[in-house]
Amino acid sequence: MNRRMNRFALPMAVFVALVVVLAIGIKHSPNKGTIMSPLLGKAAPPFSLPNLADPAHVVSSAELKGRWYLFNVWGTWCGECRAEHEMLLQVRQSAVLPLIGLDWKDDDAQALAWLAQLGNPYEVVAVDRSGRTAIDWGVYGAPETFLVNPQGVVVFKHVGALTPEVWVRDILPRLPPRTAAKS
Amino acid sequence: MMLRAPKRVPRRVSPAGWLAGLLVVGAIAVLTPPRAAWAVDPTQLPDPALQARYSGLTHELRCMQCQNEAIADSPVDLAADLRREVRDMLLAGKSDEDVRNFMVARYGDFILFRPRFAPRTAWVWLAPGVLLLVGAFVSWRIVRQRTALVAQDNAPLEEDIRR
Repeated sequence: MNRRMNRFALPMAVFVALVVVLAIGIKHSPNKGTIMSPLLGKAAPPFSLPNLADPAHVVSSAELKGRWYLFNVWGTWCGECRAEHEMLLQVRQSAVLPLIGLDWKDDDAQALAWLAQLGNPYEVVAVDRSGRTAIDWGVYGAPETFLVNPQGVVVFKHVGALTPEVWVRDILPRLPPRTAAKS
Repeated sequence: MMLRAPKRVPRRVSPAGWLAGLLVVGAIAVLTPPRAAWAVDPTQLPDPALQARYSGLTHELRCMQCQNEAIADSPVDLAADLRREVRDMLLAGKSDEDVRNFMVARYGDFILFRPRFAPRTAWVWLAPGVLLLVGAFVSWRIVRQRTALVAQDNAPLEEDIRR
């Protein structure tokens, strides 16, 4: 009797364990392609880069402290960036928080032409021609968007095109109620 | 009229044919340059020891864009940027561990092909050993059970022989 029980108990236990492991995997599947950023909860990496609109001036992370902002990594060579551009323009329109662009390994003239043609959603665009700042931010594929709080801490990161779903589900709830209410 | 596919005649390859084929394959194996000749990365560091460390590091760091390749083998732009970062850090006198820490701080444990032994990654290292032990225990039990069965089966037979 005991032996018969054993015969089924062990495979059953293995099966249940497998179901639990796979269930965890499936539950997390919406993010399975994205890698958890070690930056979350840490200070946004400092940078000081030329301003796309005016290369003589510098955009620095120090100036951004004290308010919420979205840090959006893009490039004219990036197809998904075109796909999210409409959403970025809507974010600008909503005036909930400023968009700071990082033009990643791009050509300045092309980037300016892109913004002139499609509209400029950014308050300011920093130019990262060498890709060094993108490495500091752990960027591995544009577009990527980071939500940074007034203390300069990265609160949320989204890899891929910014969509209305991400905006409503992941970004608005993280903002203080007063800012979010304006949307 | 019915169309019919031409009947395939099985063709035998003559011994001379086999030999020729083998020679061709052998020649390709011998004459092609070693793998390093195709490497995407032409970087040469001034010091051979430094070059060896550079090569080791770039082979154990994952290209985040094409996740099954090391940055040493990937033609992607980001991999080139990360290689440049490794080179600059080594030239600046940083240790291998400094380079790994730099990468993990930005891209997480995932960038290391050989993850470190930490509470978060312990299961990656321990699971194979645990599974091996479980397998060994299961096979040991099966063998023991079957051995017992054989002994029981033989008992009546031996009685018969004795009779």
